[in-house]
Formats: sequence, C-alpha cells, structure tokens
Amino acid sequence: MVIRYSFLDKAVVSKSPAFVGTENYTELFADSAFWNAASNTIIFVAVSVIAHLVIGMIFAMLLNSKYFTTRTKTIARVIYILPWVFTASVVAILWKLMLQPSGIINYLLEFLPQVTKNTEWLSNKDLALTVICFINIWCGYPFYMISILAGLQGISGDLYESAAIDGATMTKSFIHITIPQLKPILISIAMLDFIWTLQSFNVIWMLTGGGPVNSTETLSIYIYKLAFQKLDYSMAGTAATVLLIVCVIVAIFYVRQQKKVRE
Amino acid sequence: MVGSYKKSMKVILSILLILGGLFAGFPIIWMVCSSLKANSAIFSWPPKFFDETASLASYAAVLTDSSKVRFFINSYIVAASVVLITLFVGILAAYAFSRFDFPGKGIFNSLIVSVQAIPPIVLLIPYMGMIVAMKLFNTYFALILTYLVTTLPYCILMMTGYFNTLSKELDEAVMIDGGSRWKALWGVLVPISLPGMVSVGMYTFMQAWNEYLFALALTQTTDMRTVPIGINLLMGQHAYDWSQMMAMSVLGSIPVLIFFIFFQKYFIAGMSSGGVKG
Repeated sequence: MVIRYSFLDKAVVSKSPAFVGTENYTELFADSAFWNAASNTIIFVAVSVIAHLVIGMIFAMLLNSKYFTTRTKTIARVIYILPWVFTASVVAILWKLMLQPSGIINYLLEFLPQVTKNTEWLSNKDLALTVICFINIWCGYPFYMISILAGLQGISGDLYESAAIDGATMTKSFIHITIPQLKPILISIAMLDFIWTLQSFNVIWMLTGGGPVNSTETLSIYIYKLAFQKLDYSMAGTAATVLLIVCVIVAIFYVRQQKKVRE
Repeated sequence: MVGSYKKSMKVILSILLILGGLFAGFPIIWMVCSSLKANSAIFSWPPKFFDETASLASYAAVLTDSSKVRFFINSYIVAASVVLITLFVGILAAYAFSRFDFPGKGIFNSLIVSVQAIPPIVLLIPYMGMIVAMKLFNTYFALILTYLVTTLPYCILMMTGYFNTLSKELDEAVMIDGGSRWKALWGVLVPISLPGMVSVGMYTFMQAWNEYLFALALTQTTDMRTVPIGINLLMGQHAYDWSQMMAMSVLGSIPVLIFFIFFQKYFIAGMSSGGVKG
C-alpha cells in the first residue's frame, strides 16, 4: 500500500489520485532536505551502533568477570539494564530536564576545566545531533549487553585455560578466543540494531522534533513531517519506500546470518 | 606477585563497575529525586538530591487530576488487551506451526519473520488510511490492532520454538487418554511452557505500554491518549512543570519496572534465545 502511494500524486488527501510514475522519486532525490535527513541518519546510526557494541561489550565483560561475587553481579546487572526499561517519552523528558542550561549536566561539567558555562545542549545546532546520539546510546546498550553476556557465558572456560597454559596474555585471548566465538552474535545484533536505529523516531521527535534548523532530522522524522504536517502522503510514501528498501536489504542479510548460525 | 596483580585488577574492575552503574543509574535516580522536589527547587543552584521541599505533592497532583489518571487507565486497557489477545492467538498459531504440516507453512513463516523488519513509520501511513476507512480512528481498537501486528509475530516465533522443544508424545498421551488436541494444548503444553509465556507476555506488555508513534498518530482526543503521549503532552501544556512531569514518568515506568524486576530471569533467558525485536 505504501509503495502504491509512492507512485501516486496526492494520495489519501484526494479522492482520485493520479498515477505519476517515478516523478515522486525524482522529486525526492532532488530535495536537499531529504539528503540532509539521510546524512543525519547515517551519522546517527553509525555512531549509535558502534558505541552500543563497545559499551555493551565492556559491560558484558564486567558482568562476566570472575573478580566479583555473584551477588554483586546480579545487582549490577539489574542496574545496567534499567535504561532499557524506560519508555521513550520518559527518556526524552528526563534528559531534557538534565540538559537544561541550568540543569544537572551543566553543573557537573563545571568541575571540568575549559567548559563553557550554561551550554544550551539541545538548541545548539552543532551539538544537538551529538547529544541525541549519546542519549540513544544510553537507552540502547543494555540489549547488546544481555546478548553478549549470554554469548560470553556460552564460551567454554577450557578454551581460556588452555590459552593461559600456552602463555597467552589477556589481550591475546580476547582477540583470538572471545571475538571469534562471539562473532555470530555480534553480527546479528549489530544488524538488528542497525534496522532499529534507522527507524528510531520517538526520542528524537520528543527531544528536538528534528530541529534546531533540521540538524537532527533523520529519515523517520522527515517522513512523519511530510505525512502529518504537510499532509503530503505521496511524498511521505516515497521516502518511506526508500527507507523500507534499505531495511529489507539489511533484513535479508540478517535472516541469512541467522540461518548460518543455526546450521 | 600474582596476588597483587589480581588485587589491582579487582580494584580497576570495581571502579569500572561503579562508573558503569553511575552512567546507567544516575539519570534514573535524578528523575526520582526531581519528582519529589517542588517545581521551584528543580533548578536550585547548587543542585541537591533532596532538599527541604521534598514531598509527594507532585504525585498527589498527578493522581488527583482525572485527565492524567485517564492516560493510565487507557494504557492499562490497551496493554492488557494486547497481551491477552497476543498470547491467545499466538499460542494457537504456534501450536499449528509446531505440530502440523500444511501447505504454505514456509511462506507464512517467512512472512511472519519479515514483518519484524519493516519500520513502523513505513507502516504508519497505510495504517492511517485503513484505520480511518474502518472508522476506528481515535478508538482503543485502532491501537490494539496495530500493536498486534508487531507483537504477534514475536509471540508466534518464540512459542513455536518453545513448543518444538516439547515432545509430540505429550499430546499423543493426552489423546490416548481420550482428550482432544485442544485439551492437550491448554491442559499440558501451556502449563509446561509458562516461563516462555511469561517472557513473551512481559515483552508484549512493554511494547504496548511504551509505544509512542502509533498512539500519537492514531488517537486524537485527550481521553484516548496513553501514558507516553500524556507525558509528552505535559511538556507543552503546563509550561514545564518539571516535578509533575517527573512524577508522571516515575508512575508510568513503575508497571514495567515491577514486571521487569520480578521476571527478569525469564526475560533474559527468553531474550538470549534469539530472534528478538525490542
């Protein structure tokens, strides 16, 4: 249905929409706002996915470390998962409070040298995208952490022991045992996260609504604005189709990867 | 030598663990603290965790405001219906997938998997058209129907996997004793797979409770809005009454949080068994 809209002019709004072929696509690709949204999306997705991987990995290794008691680890695990439990609007409003010019974040940063006072985090067009990425990292890493933790616990301890006997250092056994063993999981979750981050809408919408000056406008925001503010369902459908195609391509790889893992 | 290495390692890791805890937990602690303050004290300088204005006044204000209580009632109605329908339909479908061979099974299965990959924003536009055409706009049904589209595939996949691990002889034993398939499913299979159902049900509840995009687009009047929208509406409505907004956020997170703390074991087990969308 959404694909059909993309070939029509004035879909939904008009009773008898005209078929315009690929005209909508030409118009879309000529729109600089579309390219702006696309590049924001790419930055947002790349930063989020990589940071999620790194932070998820560190936390999972901490929770799997043999230096702590089970009790400590259980408590830490519950705390670490917390950000993921909160709904997007709570996340958005909470960070909005903390990022206020006279809010807690600015207060804490005052102890660091060379920090400009009272930063307007969300209304500064150079900072907003970074902040959004950070917040997305905060509420997204627990998923990685749990998945990686499950993977880590599945690695047999014998592997590490025999590596230690052979004189391998911790870094070496990390690179040669942990990473290869986790590879299928890492690839799967990175692809899943890629799809989710690509379509993420809620937090950005509530924090900045795409602003200031479209500096945080991702494709989802762009589509939503087209459809529900400009009521241009045809163009929104066109942009949505483009997004859909990207997601489907990644999804095909994901399904293949899953099949490989099962075999 | 080895002992001191171990000790220093432990210290470093402990510091990391605490830093991580702060990274994850501090915003949440701050939210709870802010909800207890008077609105005028939110931005006091220097900030304090608790001050003399600490009280439950903002909670009382939220809970006595009928329009805000309405958001919670709406959310409970929608989330509970979605969980019940998802589990009921999902279990039946999963049973069929797990126990029978029928033409088109493979196609159905891949269709169900692929639904998960479609961005909600892409679906939103055609849904809008359909919901309006079915005259369901601004009703509970609009939300329940659209949420089912995302929660059902997950439930079917998870429960099919679960049923597959249970031997077919279980059903056969019931049928030899004169029971029907229906009885085998609800009397034997379902009770055994309770952990899986809890995990699926909780996930479904979280999805339905937290959903924002569809709830924003498919409802219009305040008496149909759910909690996430309600919280967001407060942002504009009350000229930033932070402590009330925080109180509402805390209240809105409590149901999911309680579920989560009680069932986290099941949940993590369910999650790590793969094929997850969250």
